[in-house]
Amino acid sequence: MQRLLPRIITFVCGMFLAIQYFIPHKSSEKVYETSIDWLIIVGVFAIVLGILSLVTVNLEKIRRKSAGYRHAWVLLAGLVFMVVAGIVTGTGQDGLFLRLGYNAILNPITATMFALLAFYIASAAYRAFRARSVLATILLLSAIIVMLGRVPAGEVIPGIPWLTDWLINVPNMAAKRAITIGLGLGGSATALKIVLGIEAPHLR
Amino acid sequence: MTDRSNFRRQAPVRAVDPPRLFLLFAVHLVLAAVAVSARPASAQGSALVGIPDSSAVEAQNLRAIDTPNDRGESVNLSWEPAAIEAKDPAAVFGYVIERAESTDGPFREVGRVVAGTREFVEADSLRDGVAYFYRVRTERPGGVLSGVAAIAGPVISKGQLFDKRKTVTCIATVLFCLTVVWLIQHARRGKAMYIRPIPGLSAVDEAIGRATEMGRPILFVPGLGGSSDVATLAAFTLLGRVGLKTAEYQSSLIVPCYDPIVMTIAQEIVKSSYLGAGRPEMYRQDDVFFVTQDQFSYTAAVNGIMLRERPATNFYIGKFYAESLVLAETGNLAGSIQIAGTDEITQIPFFVAACDYTLIGEELYASSAYLSQEPPLLGTLKAQDYAKAVTVLVLILGVIAALLHHDWFVKLFLVE
Repeated sequence: MQRLLPRIITFVCGMFLAIQYFIPHKSSEKVYETSIDWLIIVGVFAIVLGILSLVTVNLEKIRRKSAGYRHAWVLLAGLVFMVVAGIVTGTGQDGLFLRLGYNAILNPITATMFALLAFYIASAAYRAFRARSVLATILLLSAIIVMLGRVPAGEVIPGIPWLTDWLINVPNMAAKRAITIGLGLGGSATALKIVLGIEAPHLR
Repeated sequence: MTDRSNFRRQAPVRAVDPPRLFLLFAVHLVLAAVAVSARPASAQGSALVGIPDSSAVEAQNLRAIDTPNDRGESVNLSWEPAAIEAKDPAAVFGYVIERAESTDGPFREVGRVVAGTREFVEADSLRDGVAYFYRVRTERPGGVLSGVAAIAGPVISKGQLFDKRKTVTCIATVLFCLTVVWLIQHARRGKAMYIRPIPGLSAVDEAIGRATEMGRPILFVPGLGGSSDVATLAAFTLLGRVGLKTAEYQSSLIVPCYDPIVMTIAQEIVKSSYLGAGRPEMYRQDDVFFVTQDQFSYTAAVNGIMLRERPATNFYIGKFYAESLVLAETGNLAGSIQIAGTDEITQIPFFVAACDYTLIGEELYASSAYLSQEPPLLGTLKAQDYAKAVTVLVLILGVIAALLHHDWFVKLFLVE
């Protein structure tokens, strides 16, 4: 029963939501919206579990003084600071400390992380574009053409803009669509496996 | 006796004086025009100055139908524009749509559209099952409203139980499901099925074995997706397999999660896998943990784990966005074997560039079937292949039909 009941619930909910997609009636829409609301409510409760997990893992790191345990102190201090700031000064525009936490600390840090992407792209491109085989050489040439076609200097070279558009709109688009079709079918098959209970890794 | 002398005293009858008569007529005409223009707009009705025919300013052939394929509480109105709009677009400001529950009214305004509009979807607190009547009045510059050519109705709004625009999708889904079920039965009867080699999946066991030999952990990153994303579901199935092998090889597994619901499910999956492998004592709940729901904070945390723990193998399976390359490059710098798979097409090139193996397209969803070789799972994999073959066939037929101008075939697959 412990395994059967979750499978029955999965089957009923899965089938209903699959059929609901084809029913535009407002009753069907209402049930769908309610199920989404349930998901949000479950998510809110799960946040509590998530924070508990976060605190437990980091306290354990501090207790064992494992590698990087000082970072755990920073994390827990930040967590407590933001919670206290939100409760004491509010979460709106008047919440000075909360805004300070977001605008002066979190936003610059996340922006820095995102900015690092440019350097990671450069190093990955260097490895990917090494002409070690025929396919890698084709990749390198295609990349050079597309890069040239996307900068003002490349636009004045005859044929480059046309070739860039052709590479993006024909071979690249064909590959993307093939992958999309595969993903659509694979996703449907996976959903079907779970709805029918053929695949349930959490119920082994 | 008649006094004829009186007749003689009367002024003589003068002959008609044309200029005088014309002047008199002109004065009357001007006075009449002034009187008409001085009347309020509401009093004018359809009798408009300079428009001899009132039908020229009225919207024609008004039609009202229940909006098809909708949730209900909506009516579609369409009409032909006033004749005057075609002659002089500036002569029409727009149209006013009015509704009543009987032909006698009272009509109340439910919408206004600008000139040139031919349709209107009316959903202003409509109730299903109630008969409504509509009329459309032309609004001329200055707020002058025309009369009404006709009243449309009664029309009753109702929600539909099937969206006919999705008929093709419905048929394709049913056929696909039937094929899957048929092939599962086929596989259960012991029919051998060929599955092409997928290097990314073949390397899973080898990668876990390598981690065991090196005495280093395995990092499994389930991405930024929620539990309702199919890519995350695919990640769960592979996590189950990785958890099973990790327990068998007595290696350790780290699963940092972006979503708390994903974390809860991942904990259950890893726990079940360890139990399945007969080593429940090896399971530590803290190995599957929540990090944060901020994209780059999560990235920074996972990067930190890679550089501190130096995992031998990294799995990136699920939904990834801009952080994909930051994660994969850091893993590469840390010297880990990396296997990635995502349904985000824009991130696949990044994984191809930075990882040792990448699951492209439907390979992401083939992991459980490929690794377990269980007949029901192989059946679904084979069904995907058949469906792809049918899709390619339909695409070829569509191209041929379009070239031969057989548009009906192409329109057969149109999804609005």
